[in-house]
Amino acid sequence: MMLEIRGLTKHFGGIRAVDGVDLHLGQGELVGLIGPNGSGKTTVFNLVTGIYRPDAGSVTLKGENLVGIPPHRINRLGVARTFQNIRLFRNLTVMDNVRIAHHSHLGYGPVAALCRTGRFYNGEKELNEIVEVFLSIFQLQNRKYEIAGSLSYGDQRKLEIARALASKPEVLLLDEPAAGMNPYEVGRLMEFILAIRERFRLSILLIEHQMRLVMGICERLAVMDFGQVIARGLPAEIRGNRKVIEAYLGEDVAIE
Amino acid sequence: MRLLRSLIKPVVAYAFLAGSISLLAEGGVVNPYWVQILELACIVAISAQGLNIIYGHTGLFSLGHAAFYGIGAYTAAYLMKTYGGQSQAAFFAALLAGGGAAAAVACLIGLPTLRLTSDYLGIATLGFGIIMKVVFDSADRFLPELGGARGMTGIAKMTTVPWVVFFLLASLLVVRNLIHSSYGRAILSIREDEIAAETMGIDTFQYKMVGFVAGCTFAGVAGGLYAHLYAFLHPSNFDFFKSIDILVIVVLGGLGNMSGTLVASFGWIFLLEGLRVVLPPGYVEFRWVLIPVLLIVTMLLRPQGIFGAREFPFLRGKVYR
Repeated sequence: MMLEIRGLTKHFGGIRAVDGVDLHLGQGELVGLIGPNGSGKTTVFNLVTGIYRPDAGSVTLKGENLVGIPPHRINRLGVARTFQNIRLFRNLTVMDNVRIAHHSHLGYGPVAALCRTGRFYNGEKELNEIVEVFLSIFQLQNRKYEIAGSLSYGDQRKLEIARALASKPEVLLLDEPAAGMNPYEVGRLMEFILAIRERFRLSILLIEHQMRLVMGICERLAVMDFGQVIARGLPAEIRGNRKVIEAYLGEDVAIE
Repeated sequence: MRLLRSLIKPVVAYAFLAGSISLLAEGGVVNPYWVQILELACIVAISAQGLNIIYGHTGLFSLGHAAFYGIGAYTAAYLMKTYGGQSQAAFFAALLAGGGAAAAVACLIGLPTLRLTSDYLGIATLGFGIIMKVVFDSADRFLPELGGARGMTGIAKMTTVPWVVFFLLASLLVVRNLIHSSYGRAILSIREDEIAAETMGIDTFQYKMVGFVAGCTFAGVAGGLYAHLYAFLHPSNFDFFKSIDILVIVVLGGLGNMSGTLVASFGWIFLLEGLRVVLPPGYVEFRWVLIPVLLIVTMLLRPQGIFGAREFPFLRGKVYR
């Protein structure tokens, strides 16, 4: 099991944002986490990546505990994420965004950097190759000298995924990667997600509202409402689940 | 080999700048008063580059930069006065000790406060600056040589044009090499988005410490040079307003812009001294009215600083293939 979440609980004042959530993600799996706004999906991501500390429950990566470990160490253990409300290094170049994510795998030390020894130049060259690799996946290689904040919304979302990949994760958490994208872009994004999973042997947990994307590429789904997982199963099963339809849409409406 | 080659340009620049300025001064072309102002400008530029690392690059708000400048000044002056005499080597060591003392104190301030958000550092450094002013004022109680509120005298005049040019170029070289490396980009990522930096594997606490301590070290070294420029130290040279002066320079130059900080440092010092010449006698204190006006105008017209995002060629980052 890559990622295993058991009994995860987080309160904010009197609100139970996440209440006893169990989730697991196997090697190479692509699992969707869906649910209405405010149901606690993003809080689950924040708990897994160490931004919040859970009140109860456990999170393990390949059997190793992640609770109480600072976010940067969790990233180095192999968990990377994107953010719902895009958190790029806005005033830096596209290239710098990717290079920064690779910092923990850097090939030169601080002394080499200050004295600009051969190691520094080799390390920088290596970084450029890495930038090239990750940007070309998302067809952003021609944009590498541009300021990240000046990219279009869709490109910013793609850059965020490229940046997450540059930190060499085994588990990738995508928080609404298709938000704000048009149908064509969503189609391309689905291809990208499947391609990177294959290429980097990733296990992916995905929060999404666009049903086309979720139903199209996820192997399993978990549905959250009021901090709890109310249903789980194959996309086809979830599609017809009465509890889900009620939670999600309120009334007797079929999905799609 | 590459290291040696990369040193050619700085050494040539050093020889040219130090040599030509010294020649102009020796030959009587520039009078000693303006040479001293130039030396002061270089010293302020070193200190400002330090605050630019802290505020401009790392995004940490520090209001106590002058306190670290003072720690460097008093440390270097005390060491030179008691052990150094007139020796150039001892002077060099004393300057490094001044920087080291500032760095050590910065560590003590940073350890508890940098785990919190940036605002707390602002408050902590503000308080620290005020405490240090009191310490300098009453320093003669524990070390009579420091002079306390009467000021410290008997410091050797060791600071010369070659020394200030050397340390200014060295500080520019260090900032440039730091910022245009992966370590520098890690520092910049904290300013950009601390949470994103953390989740991308950057130990933000560690790099905030690096930025803060490095910046304070610059202030310490600059303080040591300052002490041996006028051969007199007074606690009022290191009060809260002196911290604000450096902050204004960094903001005028554009946050995180090394060239802008450099130009703004020289502009600031020469403007202050120039106004002393230009303004009619009795109105010299109006300088302190003109400077804030200048600041407001700059913030309205060029909020990104005088240079914007541009850098001098020698301070630019390059992509190595």
